[in-house]
Parts: sequence; structure tokens; C-alpha cells
Amino acid sequence: MSGLLSEELLANIGRQAPPRTELATRRDIRKYSIATGQRLRKFLEGDEAPPMYHVALFWDVVELDQLSPDGVSIDALLPKFPLERAMAGGLKIDYHQPILAESWLTAHRTLSDIYEKEGRSGPLIFYEVVMEVVGEDGRAVLTEKTTRILR
Amino acid sequence: MSLVDVSVGQTLPEREYTPDNIQLFFYNAVLWNAHRIHYDLPYATDVEGYPGLVIAGPLLGDWLTQCVLEWLDADGALVRFEYSNRLASYIGETLTVGGSVTAVDTATGEVELDLAVRNEAEEIITPGTARVRFDTGR
Repeated sequence: MSGLLSEELLANIGRQAPPRTELATRRDIRKYSIATGQRLRKFLEGDEAPPMYHVALFWDVVELDQLSPDGVSIDALLPKFPLERAMAGGLKIDYHQPILAESWLTAHRTLSDIYEKEGRSGPLIFYEVVMEVVGEDGRAVLTEKTTRILR
Repeated sequence: MSLVDVSVGQTLPEREYTPDNIQLFFYNAVLWNAHRIHYDLPYATDVEGYPGLVIAGPLLGDWLTQCVLEWLDADGALVRFEYSNRLASYIGETLTVGGSVTAVDTATGEVELDLAVRNEAEEIITPGTARVRFDTGR
């Protein structure tokens, strides 16, 4: 290991973002379904949200002056990493119950891991963010783990 | 689709997507994603060095779920889904989404699937896996 990750940086593992609560409106579910090219009527009519809808629902709604010149919003949950160029990323999602129209949902995000690997063209930093989405009754709706790679 | 009709190696119906600027605009608008690589062609090419406007990664992930749910046809539920964006794709490309059955557990009703978005060069740009659970009536 080339030791890119300082103790101070690793101390951020376990950090949590303030919980966010959003309403999954039928209108927004319909927009999402049309934009993604869904063909199932329950999605197009907004009765139920497609499985990836939560990505849109919990995307940060930032103000214009919070965007960098390339139009990207900065995720306040993340520390400053010594590598900054984002490579491929992926998601792993466990579904517990569907998201229905007009339901309130709360997302709890945790920076769950930071680690380093040696890639073919140099060191890579991986980080993982777990997002637990729960319904108004507190029951789990889904759990998502995002893995991102920086080079 | 019913569990008795499912077997290992079976393929899911494929679907082609040719996303255009309108679809990509709508998608990023729904997210509130202003990343310029998705709509500002001079920026995407001259500054970031991409050959065109970049298709948003989670949109490709969404297409994998569509492949699963249209095949499943309300006879079960998606319980787990995983994907990664390995290669970028651009406006103007036609992408093919498909999958196949890798395991069937008749006791639990759970079926494992391999999924992929492929580009015109037949490269897998977004691989994924899913687990679905069929209603077994138990």
C-alpha cells in the first residue's frame, strides 16, 4: 500500500449525514418513469416507483452557488480525498417493500468504509456509502450501498 | 412468468435503447443533476475529453431493473439488485439490455439473474446481478 489514507482521513468512517425526509409524489414518480423509459403502467401512472427511483428522490437539491463550475454538487458527507478523479462506481440495493405514491421516506446515509487498492496504473481509493431508507412507520424500505472509486 | 417456466441458462427478453438529448435532459432534470458532461457538448469534449455527451450511470442501472421487471411480469418481486458502471456510453449509441438465469431455488422461489448493458461493439458497459422472489403461494 502506498499509504494514501491518513489516520485522520480514516477517522471519517462511520460519519453520518443528517437524515433527509422527502415525499414521493405521483407527479415526480411519473416524471422519473417517463425519463427512464419505463413501460409498466404502474410506474408510468405513478402508482408505484421504479426500483431506482430513490436515486432521484434523494439526490441533493442544492442551490446554484453550491455547484462547482462543472455543475457538480459537493457531498458534505465525504472528506477531501488525496485522489479526486472519479472512476466507475456501482450500487447494491436490498429491497424490503415498494415505494408507493404519496409516501414519506427518510434516508439515513453513513460513510461506511474507505480503503485503498493498487490498480494497474497506480493507487485507487474506494469509499462506500450506505443509505437506509425507511417509511413513515419506521419500517425498512430499502438499503443501498454505493461504492465509488477515485484515481 | 411463473417459477415452473424458469430454468438456468434461460435468457430474458432484450431491449434496445437509443437515448437522445431529450431523454438525458429529462433524466438529469428529474435528479437535479447539473453535471455538464450530460448536456454541454463543448464542455464534455473540449474540457473533459469525452467523445460526446455522457449517458448518466444510474440510468443504465435503471434499464437493468426494467429488463428484470418486464420479464417477471408482476409474478414476483425484486429483492436484490447490484450493478457497476464499467465503461462510459454516449448520446448516439444504441445500447442493448439483457440477462439470463443463473440459479433457481424452487423451495424459496428465489431466482438469480446475470444482467448486462452492452454497446454496439458488444462490450459489457454495465454488468449487474439481481435476485427475484417468485410468489410460490406458500
